Amino acid sequence: MSRADVLVDADWAEAHLDDPKIVFVEVDEDVSAYDGGHIKNAVRLDWTQELQQPEARDLIDQDAFSALMSKKGISNDDTVVLYGGNNNWFAAYAYWQFKYYGHENVKLLDGGRKKWELDGRELVKDVPSRAETSYTAASPNAAIRAFRDEVVPSIGSKNLVDVRSPDEFSGKIKAPAHLPQEQSQRAGHVPTAINIPWSKAAADDGSFRSDDELAKLYADQGFDDAKPTIAYCRIGERSSHTWFVLHELLGKTDVKNYDGSWVEYGSLVGVPVEKDV
Amino acid sequence: MCGAPDQDTLPSLEVSAGEAVIHGHVTRGGAGLPGAYVRLLDGTGEFTAEVQVSATGYFRFYAAAGDWTLRTLAPGTSVDTPATAVQGQAVEVTVDVPA
Repeated sequence: MSRADVLVDADWAEAHLDDPKIVFVEVDEDVSAYDGGHIKNAVRLDWTQELQQPEARDLIDQDAFSALMSKKGISNDDTVVLYGGNNNWFAAYAYWQFKYYGHENVKLLDGGRKKWELDGRELVKDVPSRAETSYTAASPNAAIRAFRDEVVPSIGSKNLVDVRSPDEFSGKIKAPAHLPQEQSQRAGHVPTAINIPWSKAAADDGSFRSDDELAKLYADQGFDDAKPTIAYCRIGERSSHTWFVLHELLGKTDVKNYDGSWVEYGSLVGVPVEKDV
Repeated sequence: MCGAPDQDTLPSLEVSAGEAVIHGHVTRGGAGLPGAYVRLLDGTGEFTAEVQVSATGYFRFYAAAGDWTLRTLAPGTSVDTPATAVQGQAVEVTVDVPA
């Protein structure tokens, strides 16, 4: 796995906008962003309505993922290029989910929607129509997803990487600063977690920093290559971005995303919590 | 609340006692500048959050009380503006981006 296998740049994307076997997929925190303009021939995935179950707080299951891909006109052998706002935060969440259900060829557009816009590249309003397919999702890849019962025994033994902002980590606030302050019952972090904000992995324009810069970023904060790793944030999206960096760009093995994250952990009864304020 | 709130209007915000809101408009030549991005950096310059402004140039952050920097990105430019959030209040900031 190398950077070229999992990332494409905007020039590459522009040269492949009309390739029928390459499907551009926009996934934004603001799900209406697509309506205001999107990359030509891109389809939309709504993370709130399509990638999560409507009632239970969980990812959609294997059959639902198959049905979703079929409906979107995505085939198992298509190359999926994901992009979105906020430094690809939610696009990375979708990327992790595509890998969870075994999609082989999936990539992120480096810099996402922001860099595309800041570069002044074209956005269109035409919605493409893609013929329905018969997509078959693979069984979930348990090696890349952590559940709550794995987190407590990992305290003091695995790399627990809390990728939220420093104020969320310390317990000063409970949600990112562009959101109203609600969510978990308690503020703070999992004891022994190291705080390496997801945003440090990206430049202002949203593109990923170089492999050398990324390797130094984690090493400097005490990341131990000899240990398995669990990344978490508030609801599992920002930690998908860090999972992408650690597992896909830096090639570290045994890295899991804990998508229950702080909203779940910070509401559990009887688990240890550390707070700095 | 999962996604960012609607950034469209400059509302009469009901700020709870525990919240410290920074909001306002990004303008160019006095008019709202849609499409710009605003990044909220903490006192050490650390990134905390980012929003894309609305069609009228409006943005809003739920910060913690204290000193922040708003870094506004628009094609070809980046502008840093200091802002101080106050607990229980909504502080308004206008960022004018050079033409």
